[in-house]
Amino acid sequence: MVSGIPFFPAQASTMASQVDNLYFLILGVTAFFAVLVSVIVAIFAIKYRDDSGQKVGANIHGSIPLELGWSLIPFIIAMGIFAYSTSVFFQLVRPPAETLEIYSTGKRWMWRFQHIDGKAEINELHVPKGRPVRVTFTSEDVLHDLFIPAFRVKADAIPGRYSSLWFEATQTGEYHLFCAEYCGTKHSGMIGKVIVMEPNDYQAWLSGDTGMPMAQRGQQLFEQLSCVTCHLPDGKGRGPALAGVYNSKVDIVGGRDVVADDSYLRESILTPQMKMVAGYQPLMPTFQGLVNEEGVMSLIEYIKSLKAAPGAAPAAQAEAPAAVTTTAAERR
Amino acid sequence: MGTDMTTKAPARRTYLNHQYGILSWLLTKDHKRIGLMYLAVVSLAFFLGGIFAAGIRLELTTPAGDMWSSDTYNKLFTMHGVAMVFFVLIPAVPAVIGNFVLPLMLGAKDVAFPKVNLISWYVFVIGFIITVSAMVFGGVDTGWTFYVPYTTAASDTNVMLTGIGVFVTGFSSILTGVNFMVTIHRMRAPGLTWFRLPLLVWALYATSLVQILGTPVVAITVLMLALERGLGFGIFDPRLGGDPVLFQHLFWFYSHPAVYIMILPPMGVISEVIACFSRKSVFGYSFVAFSSLAIAVFGFLIWAHHMFVAGISPYSAMVFSFLTFAVAIPSAVKTFNWTATLYQGAIWWKAPMFFVFGFIGLFLIGGLTGLFLASVGLDVHLHDTYFVVAHFHYIMVGGAIMGYFAGLHFYWPKMTGKMYNDAAAKVSAVLVFIGFNLTFFPQFILGYMGMPRRYHVYPEEWQVFNVLSTGGAAVLGLGYALPVIYFAWSLMKGEDAGENPWGATGLEWQTQSPPLPENFAGTPVVNEEAYDYSKREIKVA
Repeated sequence: MVSGIPFFPAQASTMASQVDNLYFLILGVTAFFAVLVSVIVAIFAIKYRDDSGQKVGANIHGSIPLELGWSLIPFIIAMGIFAYSTSVFFQLVRPPAETLEIYSTGKRWMWRFQHIDGKAEINELHVPKGRPVRVTFTSEDVLHDLFIPAFRVKADAIPGRYSSLWFEATQTGEYHLFCAEYCGTKHSGMIGKVIVMEPNDYQAWLSGDTGMPMAQRGQQLFEQLSCVTCHLPDGKGRGPALAGVYNSKVDIVGGRDVVADDSYLRESILTPQMKMVAGYQPLMPTFQGLVNEEGVMSLIEYIKSLKAAPGAAPAAQAEAPAAVTTTAAERR
Repeated sequence: MGTDMTTKAPARRTYLNHQYGILSWLLTKDHKRIGLMYLAVVSLAFFLGGIFAAGIRLELTTPAGDMWSSDTYNKLFTMHGVAMVFFVLIPAVPAVIGNFVLPLMLGAKDVAFPKVNLISWYVFVIGFIITVSAMVFGGVDTGWTFYVPYTTAASDTNVMLTGIGVFVTGFSSILTGVNFMVTIHRMRAPGLTWFRLPLLVWALYATSLVQILGTPVVAITVLMLALERGLGFGIFDPRLGGDPVLFQHLFWFYSHPAVYIMILPPMGVISEVIACFSRKSVFGYSFVAFSSLAIAVFGFLIWAHHMFVAGISPYSAMVFSFLTFAVAIPSAVKTFNWTATLYQGAIWWKAPMFFVFGFIGLFLIGGLTGLFLASVGLDVHLHDTYFVVAHFHYIMVGGAIMGYFAGLHFYWPKMTGKMYNDAAAKVSAVLVFIGFNLTFFPQFILGYMGMPRRYHVYPEEWQVFNVLSTGGAAVLGLGYALPVIYFAWSLMKGEDAGENPWGATGLEWQTQSPPLPENFAGTPVVNEEAYDYSKREIKVA
């Protein structure tokens, strides 16, 4: 990757240079103050040296203008850095509207990546250059953290919920991928590489010996697990229809609404009573233990693939009867 | 040196010689003896933690994991952290130096609750013994942060015993905090008003506040860990219906303020030493005093900056980033005031001052690199890398331990009545400074390149910086070991220190060295500001 002794990580994503600019700005400001104070301390220490120990220093007690100056000026500088870094942060955590979706699960001590078309890989992540990619992931056991230094992105993998990060690679090549949250014996072995390919090469790679596409696998599960018996497409089943529900607003018991994103769908499969769609009885059993994290991801991908039929109101909009007895232990 | 009455009256009564025998120590209620007893335990813990650090650095000399197994390596960094955080950094300045000098500084005979003070020491020792036995009987591998669900569901090491050790030790910290706070309120000598207090007293007061308010939270958190691990209560583990991020909130609600327990007292020491050896009052006394309180209070509002990539909402991250920048200001104010204190001083280049110079250099780098991590857009990349490791070592070791050493060298003549070899102590300060920078500066570079912390095995291209770091650690170890020799020599052959070898202000210097068991012959009366060198004719023996 790099010959000789590297001093600096590769810049291989659109965000890398932005983060580095922020880094160099802060480096410049802090180095200035570090040198300034050190030099002043050194000058004073030498200039006012008196090794007799018998003399006294000048009778100076302080200065309000100086105190205000060296409180306010650093504060203003700090606020400038704060504003700049926060704007970079929001770019880092907000993916563009159109992203290539990849799912991942971390478990001790490996990363599994699942491409929508069905291809799965362990400790390697193939991505195309020049296209925003969003990785949605969770952990099957303890905390992990997906960290790709060359892209300057990182997020904890937390069991029980989804995390995501996004990047747009700008350079083909192979880059480190680490687990950055301590996870036990082989924490430092939970590593891999990101392989950035030209889009054509990526397509070719994807089409070689591929597994079943995720949505199709999700549909299989949807039938096997009998989800289909309640979630009827016409909205007349015991559970809401799912077409078009992904990323839509859903009214839930208790008068609130939530956006039916990946995390909500996951939660609704594994702990359905948590945030029940208003207007439905709490009949759905938990699927915890019946379907693994990868199965849940396939189900979500299947639900995403169900487009709302034109004219059909999304089931979630059904009127909420006032007297639904709720067993939902709502998370606050 | 040392030509006053001490040579004429060798049988002078001091807190060290008025009683003999092991029981006279183990049952003492004298804050000075208790301070020295803390010194013994803290030094032992520092040695232990240092051995673990040596094990870590030796392993990391090569990229492959060829010295220890991964499990052993994980235990080494965990036990390094546990020993250093709970048994060195937190108690070092408050329990050792604070215990010894606080009542002296106030002109008091002892702390407000001398028996409670002794109990604090026993609680501390019991906690230490429990924790060390957890280490001896197999060790613990969770990281000092005890993150769940690893700690409650996955680790098969001595988590419970370590947890109990930390839990018990916490009570020592709370009791000391209460004791100091009451002492400062109630035991000040006549005329010693709040704004005549030495700045170390202000710093200890602010620290006590954090100890009293923060430590119960970590105790409860550790208790919850035990309930989940031992009895299967679902608090943190999502498989039991818990939330792992909740643990991080609770843990850092204490453990971030704990950083201020570690750094505020050394900051107080720095103010004392810098005033004495510049022969001047500390520039902007009230700003330095109030910045301690500001840090203690605002330190409670920034815990989630440890969690920017742990699934908290981006808006919450933004707020915590803002507050973190804000809390940097009082630390900056202190640094500027110390610098200004030197201006037109009469700077006496003695060993304690060398440690102060070292402190300023290292604390500057430690504090300023905090701005990188407070910047949430940059922290995403830097979080959990060696950049963080380097940053907090600059604060806690470069800052806190350097300040602790400044304090030990400053008060050693008062504690023992003996001088040490000044040149040897300066060599120690210089070795620590050079060794420290060589150890930890390369880790900033490694961190930016992306080397994650707690890695037993790492990519080959990072070896050079790791070798530098290990070499630096050897120099650092030498710098820390050297005082053992010249302090021991001082005890045996050191010249008598006299009452006030540095010509310092402050009540602690107006009694004999070592002090009387009851500190002062009568009750001292204060009629001047702290550090009022200008009116004073300084006589250095």
